[in-house]
Amino acid sequence: MSDKHVDEISGVPTTGHEWDGIRELDNPMPRWWVWTFYTTIVWGLLYAVAYPAWPLLTGSTEGLLGYSSRSEVRKDLAEADNAKSGYMTAIKEKSIDDILADEDLRTVAVAAGGAAFKMNCVQCHGSGAEGSKGFPNLNDDDWLWGGSADQIQQTVAHGIRFTKDGETRDSIMPPFADVLDGDQISQVSTFVASLSAPVQNVSLVEPGRTVFAENCAACHGDNAKGNKEMGAPDLTDAIWLYGTGEDAIAAQVRAPRAGVMPAWDARLGETAVKELAAFVHSLGGGEK
Amino acid sequence: MRHATSIVGLGVFSFLAILAAAFAHDNAFANHMWVLAIVLVISVIVLLRRENFQRAAPVDPSAYMDGPVRYGVIATMFWAVVGLLVGVVVALQLTYPALNIEPWFNFGRMRPLHTSGVIFAFCGNALICTSLYVVQRTSRARLFGGDLAWFVFWGYQLFIVMAATGYLLGISESREYAEPEWYIDIWLTIVWVAYLVVFLGTIVKRKEPHIYVANWFYLAFIVTVAMLHLVNNLSMPVSFLGSKSYSAFSGVQDALTQWWYGHNAVGFFLTAGFLGMMYYFVPKQANRPVYSYRLSIIHFWALIFLYIWAGPHHLHFTALPDWAQTLGMVFSIMLWMPSWGGMINGLMTLSGAWDKLRTDPIIRMMVAAIAFYGMSTFEGPMMSIKTVNSLSHYTDWTIGHVHSGALGWNGLIAFAALYYMVPKLWARERLYSMRMVSWHLWLATLGIVVYAAVMWVSGIQQGLMWREHDEQGFLVYSFVESVAALHPYYLIRSLGGALFLSGALLMAFNITMTILGYQRDEAPIGGALPAPQPAE
Repeated sequence: MSDKHVDEISGVPTTGHEWDGIRELDNPMPRWWVWTFYTTIVWGLLYAVAYPAWPLLTGSTEGLLGYSSRSEVRKDLAEADNAKSGYMTAIKEKSIDDILADEDLRTVAVAAGGAAFKMNCVQCHGSGAEGSKGFPNLNDDDWLWGGSADQIQQTVAHGIRFTKDGETRDSIMPPFADVLDGDQISQVSTFVASLSAPVQNVSLVEPGRTVFAENCAACHGDNAKGNKEMGAPDLTDAIWLYGTGEDAIAAQVRAPRAGVMPAWDARLGETAVKELAAFVHSLGGGEK
Repeated sequence: MRHATSIVGLGVFSFLAILAAAFAHDNAFANHMWVLAIVLVISVIVLLRRENFQRAAPVDPSAYMDGPVRYGVIATMFWAVVGLLVGVVVALQLTYPALNIEPWFNFGRMRPLHTSGVIFAFCGNALICTSLYVVQRTSRARLFGGDLAWFVFWGYQLFIVMAATGYLLGISESREYAEPEWYIDIWLTIVWVAYLVVFLGTIVKRKEPHIYVANWFYLAFIVTVAMLHLVNNLSMPVSFLGSKSYSAFSGVQDALTQWWYGHNAVGFFLTAGFLGMMYYFVPKQANRPVYSYRLSIIHFWALIFLYIWAGPHHLHFTALPDWAQTLGMVFSIMLWMPSWGGMINGLMTLSGAWDKLRTDPIIRMMVAAIAFYGMSTFEGPMMSIKTVNSLSHYTDWTIGHVHSGALGWNGLIAFAALYYMVPKLWARERLYSMRMVSWHLWLATLGIVVYAAVMWVSGIQQGLMWREHDEQGFLVYSFVESVAALHPYYLIRSLGGALFLSGALLMAFNITMTILGYQRDEAPIGGALPAPQPAE
């Protein structure tokens, strides 16, 4: 098998070996392949001299360019912080109303609040702040605890029914399953539904009004417009946190659900909370 | 009593599995041991029913041992369909989260089922059966070790079944591509050593003076995977009758070990092993000599030396020290040409036989495979460059890259090898249908192109959305907005996967009909039969 064997089609000699009918041509390696390979090796060596590359007993060579990914990040973050530092100091020191009154500050605060919102709030309130069942929509002008900038700031800072925060907003609606009988619950639910939409069972509305006056008006008000001091919702608008219609309202009368929102003060700091408040206030429903 | 040892052995292990289930430290382990016991008891019953008491026919020591190869072909085909099907399912789960069925069929458990299904079950069986086919023919020697090759085949299937059922039961080490727990790892180690003994023993007793290049690649694959598997899976079980273990490494060292393993699983399982496949089946199907012996030597040694260092590029911009990141990137760049050496040798082997592209869909499939190999091995080094990586890392771009390699290179070259081997292994004149091979190729190619292209778009969009910031320097998009934006791409990706799967189903039908001995009545491809080569 050591005799030189030549491939007929290409005219190139083979190595003389054969395995199961397979031979190997004795072609040289393509020049472009060899030179590209050499180039990548030379480039690799140069890169390894310029950048941290060679491990030592403790640490490694630092490279001629003095690059380090950690110092790079530190530098970038410092630059970004510097660029905003004037605004950040001002936001920290001023009240939310003063921030909103200053156009430049308001722009920065709303942008910063928007970024913080995307990190911390979208999980419950949705990426468009549109909310979902049990989680309020923040774009409308229906506010459970008040929609002025400082009221929103208070809510964000201390949360709602968040027991770990002493200043949290707190209220609880009692269950009426044992207080009212089935007929009364149907009546009051129909009455409440009738305040914002036409109802089927009109005969229940007037008895329901009486039940409402005796049991519900204390918190929700004589006109059912709610009370922001205690987070009692306005029942006359067509906005429902736990579902639309008599059945959903009846369920809420029997065994009310109430959401919990964490306090963000301790976690994000006062400045971020102000920025969040500015952002939420800017969504369209912010009140004076 | 041909199966006496196997029956007694399996019986003893069934009993031990039931004992392990009874005294298990945790529920998952008990369930898993019941699965094992049931599998083993079924094996005992099957063997008992097949037992006969006549003296076995003497083995012809000069004949090739193709039994395990035939079983391997069928297993490869079966696991290809299963693995790809699970792939389409997980793609749809990402598109429509409602398809996550808790707890067994949620994405978290189905994803390793897909990756292990295609890498280890499909590609692993393809590698084992082709390597046993190739090593016998290029060494002119029967497999070493007698029935050890059968142990390797069935032992490997047991590993697959245990790994797969473990994932669905929630048993996982959470190490990418190495999810099976400690006891399955130990079993794989035993099977793998047996595989090495069979392969190396056959090479040692070869009747050819030299070792063929395909066998270098197969041997590098078997030895390196053994080393990777052992180091990456060093862990301490909580209990020897429990399903949980803790890694010997922690923190960034653990991450680096994991990606040293993960990257070289790609490098040695899916690259070196499959190059071995290419080096045998391409010259055989083209009936041409390998283009350059010198290139094969240089690119082999360069590839196996450089690949092993490239793993840290999976950990750019993490807690991994800068010097290790540099190492990973530099070695990845230097790996570009050694990888392309295989592509050049594969494609140039066809010089003098390019006309066969018109008439032979198997050659066409091999060329497509090598082309996808070349593309992926260029894309890989490019993505390892830190500047590119800062955009591509953690995005779907990586998923697209992996699939153009896995579907395009591994899938197509393995399918082509099956199409080559089946008529020979079952002594059939030809495949049931060559036109179906052609359809398979086009369905698969279209599927890959759709898949890879849509993942480029979605990956780059994802990367850009994550880094987009406004004039004040604040991020513009929330994470969930980037997820929502990907929905249409995920749907198209599922379509690409379904196209590839439909091609594999066509192959399964075609090969089954070939094995059963049918031939489809059809016109030959390319019109007239190829003109005979002019004798010079």
